[in-house]
Amino acid sequence: MQAKTSFIKALSAVIWKDLMTELRSKELISGMLVFSLLVIFIFNFSLEMDARTRNSVTAGVIWVTLIFAGTIGLNRSMAVEKDRGCLDGLLLAPVDRTAIYFGKSIANLIFMLIVAAIILPVYSLLYNNNVISLGLILVILLGSEGYVAVGTLLSSMAVQARTRDILLPILLFPVIIPILIAAVKASNGFLNGVPFNELMTWIYLLIAYDVIFTSVAFMVFDAIVEE
Amino acid sequence: MKEKPLKLKILDWVTILLFLLATAMVFFYAPMERVMGAVQKVFYFHVAAGWVGMLSFFFAAVAGIIYLVKKDEKWDLIGYSAIEIGIVFTLINVVTGAIWARPIWNAWWTWDPRLTTATIMELVYFAYLMLRQGIDDPERRQRFGAVYAIVGFLSVPLTFFSIRIFRTIHPVVIGGNDPTAVGAFDMTPLMLQTLLFSILVFSVLFIDLMWHRIRLGQYMNRVDELKMRLQD
Repeated sequence: MQAKTSFIKALSAVIWKDLMTELRSKELISGMLVFSLLVIFIFNFSLEMDARTRNSVTAGVIWVTLIFAGTIGLNRSMAVEKDRGCLDGLLLAPVDRTAIYFGKSIANLIFMLIVAAIILPVYSLLYNNNVISLGLILVILLGSEGYVAVGTLLSSMAVQARTRDILLPILLFPVIIPILIAAVKASNGFLNGVPFNELMTWIYLLIAYDVIFTSVAFMVFDAIVEE
Repeated sequence: MKEKPLKLKILDWVTILLFLLATAMVFFYAPMERVMGAVQKVFYFHVAAGWVGMLSFFFAAVAGIIYLVKKDEKWDLIGYSAIEIGIVFTLINVVTGAIWARPIWNAWWTWDPRLTTATIMELVYFAYLMLRQGIDDPERRQRFGAVYAIVGFLSVPLTFFSIRIFRTIHPVVIGGNDPTAVGAFDMTPLMLQTLLFSILVFSVLFIDLMWHRIRLGQYMNRVDELKMRLQD
């Protein structure tokens, strides 16, 4: 009974804990940021990003950067819980387990959005071409949500395995391909000035994937943390 | 050590006979396709293998759900066996497809929704095997396996749907004929009979292999138990 009434409280406590830790250590975001910048630079040289190529690959570059950085963030955020025994502490707390799942997911989503909020202006600056638009922000919001929903679930599995450093991307990437396709397609449309109503299919698709993945992840999360 | 059950022995022989019969039907009963010639014959086992692949992964997802509800080791073994068999048949499906595509599409591979989805599906289940290998505690391995079998199977239709919005060149032989598909053909009744028979035979083969794999799994568990007892 008590667990139910304190759901919001437990949720915000988990989010608060993650944000506070990050504020003090600044390990996760700085790692993700430096990594993203490196990925953008590597793309610049490997793809010869002249003006014409950029039109077709910008959406892809942004999403690959976000997803790679996201993997680092997810791995780190769960490894910290595991290594110092925090996860056990969290699980011992008399709260609904789903509060822990949603708390971690929301914290991870916040980290990912912070990274996106920094790399988009940087990208625009580097290529002297404003990529930021309301549509793109919406797509990044929806795409990251779906990515983090599956990612939080799978990273809590991956950190408990012997091969945890390589396992997360292998588990995560094939599963999130539908989200990635819809997100890249929609972003590409917004970047090339396709009108909003023509891209609605992709937006609806993203929303549908978010709902499906979030609800399934939330239903099976209990099975992962029970010991 | 239990003797191989009589029913399984019978099933083995029935499967072998049916398989030979299906092969004979493919070569001698089904007529030669007029445009594509002999290479079209790969179609019967190609579709049947794809069918068994999907069926196994579906079984594994269902077994995963039942495992999470009941926590019974038996369902983990069923799910794991189904996935191993599914991986083999999906591989057969992709490889036979490539053999057909080379002369018909003039390429081993195209980025078509069906090909891409089948291969991504294969990768999902490779990841499943790697996940299981990375976890030592058996109970945890079973739980995680069940979860991943469910999440992975869920993403397969979504992947297909996402890629499908692009135009496809893969022929849709059953139900609906897209004129832009390359290598499409109308099945004669004899072809249809051969196809349905192949699917039936592969389904029987699937049951036979599942039975063997589950028995093998039981023996593996027994060996593990004995090892543990020796260590104590």
